[in-house]
Amino acid sequence: MKSLKLTVAALVASAAFAGVAVARDQVQIAGSSTVLPYAKIVAETFGETFPDFKTPIVESGGSSGGLKEFCKGVGPNTIDIANSSRPIKDSEVEACKAAGVTEIQEVKIGYDGIVFATDAGNADLKLEPKDLYQALAAEVVVDGKLVANPYKKWSEVNKDLPDVEIAAYIPGEKHGTREVFEEKILAHGCKDSGAQDVIKAAVADEKEQLSKCVAVRKDGLAVDIDGDYTETLARIAANKSGIGVFGLSFYENNADKLKVATVNGIVPSTETIASGEYPVSRPLFFYVKKAHLGVIPGLKEYVEFFTSDDMIGPDSPLAEYGLVAAPDAEREEIRKTFADGKIM
Amino acid sequence: MSQVSTSPSMTALGVTAKPERRDIGLGRRYAAERRFRLYGMAAIAFGLLFLFLLLFSVVSKGYTAFQQTMITIPVEFSAEIIDKDNERATNPQKLVSANYPVVARNALAKVLGVGEDDRAGLRAVNGMISDSVRVQFRNLVTTDPSIIGTTRTVTFLAHGDLDSAFKGQIDLAVPENNRKVSDKQVGWMNTLAESGALAKHFNTGLFTNGASSRPEAAGVGVAAIGSLYMMLIVLVLSLPIGVAASIYLEEFAPKNRFTDLIEVNINNLAAVPSIVYGLLGLAVFVNFAGFPRSAALVGGLVLTLMTLPTIIIATRAALKAVPPSIRSAALGLGASKMQTVFHHVLPLAMPGILTGTIIGLAHALGETAPLLLIGMVAFVADVPATPMDPATALPVQIYMWANEAERAFVERTSGAIIVLLIFLILMNVGAILLRRRFERRW
Repeated sequence: MKSLKLTVAALVASAAFAGVAVARDQVQIAGSSTVLPYAKIVAETFGETFPDFKTPIVESGGSSGGLKEFCKGVGPNTIDIANSSRPIKDSEVEACKAAGVTEIQEVKIGYDGIVFATDAGNADLKLEPKDLYQALAAEVVVDGKLVANPYKKWSEVNKDLPDVEIAAYIPGEKHGTREVFEEKILAHGCKDSGAQDVIKAAVADEKEQLSKCVAVRKDGLAVDIDGDYTETLARIAANKSGIGVFGLSFYENNADKLKVATVNGIVPSTETIASGEYPVSRPLFFYVKKAHLGVIPGLKEYVEFFTSDDMIGPDSPLAEYGLVAAPDAEREEIRKTFADGKIM
Repeated sequence: MSQVSTSPSMTALGVTAKPERRDIGLGRRYAAERRFRLYGMAAIAFGLLFLFLLLFSVVSKGYTAFQQTMITIPVEFSAEIIDKDNERATNPQKLVSANYPVVARNALAKVLGVGEDDRAGLRAVNGMISDSVRVQFRNLVTTDPSIIGTTRTVTFLAHGDLDSAFKGQIDLAVPENNRKVSDKQVGWMNTLAESGALAKHFNTGLFTNGASSRPEAAGVGVAAIGSLYMMLIVLVLSLPIGVAASIYLEEFAPKNRFTDLIEVNINNLAAVPSIVYGLLGLAVFVNFAGFPRSAALVGGLVLTLMTLPTIIIATRAALKAVPPSIRSAALGLGASKMQTVFHHVLPLAMPGILTGTIIGLAHALGETAPLLLIGMVAFVADVPATPMDPATALPVQIYMWANEAERAFVERTSGAIIVLLIFLILMNVGAILLRRRFERRW
């Protein structure tokens, strides 16, 4: 009898709850795992600095996952901010519009460097986009002809590189980092090694030319890592001669276990990335739903707090963690764009 | 041994006539049994070995998380820094926004003898202190503003990197530039440790704090409360619904194609990947019913759906195991069907039902996948006051920490696993005790 009564009570209770949209009193954020650590630092400091507001909730889930949630619509059941390690795509803006999210504000927070690193016990490594392309591309040019990548050792690619088997742990295709790797390394390497001309001669379609240029070999020497950088770190700990792709901040936190490679002779650091000398970097963003500004308590304050120099300036906690601060004028511009309410 | 037992001369005692060769294949059958026992023991040894490896790796990495490096020094709550113009009576906001980290930094710099104009030195000192002092000192001052201007001995957290160095988790042999703590800081650390100002204390923050980007201040508090809320919701909803459904199906429902279909479906649901329940929860509870994202309530409802089939199957098995003679006897004495079930069958099936429920709950406690889609795999710093507030769960906290870059999160990940394992062990021990207590033998 007792359990029956309980069941009825539970059913009544759940029916009473149903259909009640609850007003939300804290900011909800989702998206890129690269931006996540920065957003966490800001959210936590925000909650401490403004005791009147609750600490924002920051979900992980990747740039695409976050933007998809973001574009679900407007209202307290949808998130307010999507973190992204790449600019929003036109198709995503369209999807947002279709769901009623017509006003999106873009906020750039700074730059993130992407570094190549190997186990700390190895010799110094000097990489060029050309070498990385020759070692990791699906097809390379040998004797003026495009053939399946024949190289097995780094030294076959470039005699200055170590005489070890090629083993590279690169971000999987769901990561925003992968696009940067393709664009800044493989595409450049494709051009520098002369493969681009051969591909251009063979394929007419421009899109196909590009995708051929950035195609990664699938014979097991280049391994896609779909997890986080901790997985890449574990792979390198297991295979000491492997090379992994990391975010600058992750590398800096684990610099005692890793040795970073130079690209084009430049050592990656916040300085060389800010000055643009180090070639592999990308801007980081978050996107704000304008319709939620003034509705969700603390949202406007959070964005203003995030874009203040206390957070993204050159001497801020985010810079300390590994974010490459945007130049002074650009930060001023970022704040102005948000204050003006410029939408995409 | 086999030779002895199979020898015909030994078996024939010669009293009565016996059929020839009663022992055909006896040796082979004994050998088969011995082999089978060996296989069994090997299987158990294999399992134990992996259990040991798992526990060893978790405990050896995680036990240090239960201690935290803290600094105990006299701190001057200088009015100069906290409330320069003495406006705290009129403007309470002043005490909230004061620069407390500088108070802590100056105190430590004084102990270490770092001058006020040594900027690099002060920076290095600052790097030894956790940013969590801001909140800690603010709470001290706002609860008792009279401490402004006095000097108190305060214990506060050391920075996570210093904590890792003190616990020997950072290789100090690598070049100074490649690690997070400098030689200077290590020197200071050793001086402070010798004087007793820097020491390891039991880490209560690990159990009370919420998620934090600072490893030294991060804890499983929010996750544990979130898990607790979800377990309560699962228990309150799935036990009555599951038991009622199984009693009806087992005792009252007619046996026809329709109930067969239901049975197949229930067994099927028990094997559905848990992420599917997350998708369902997102569509039904968040998007349709309008429950808040990331709330423990939604998590509890999703886990209830996931646990129900397990509880129904366990309950039906327990009801089936009650001997039919009990039912016949009750019916024979004139009890109604309902009286038979609730007075006689259900009490006897109770141990089985409770065991099934607790195993279902333990399963739900360890789930992360269904929580991913309803927004509970998240950074949540505030302690949830009700199940409607955003929360996270213990296994989610483990996952989030496993992906952190800082060294100090490595031990915390294993520490959180230990906490989760202890919860699971307690639940399973509870299941065994309940079964012992209520079990009846016929």
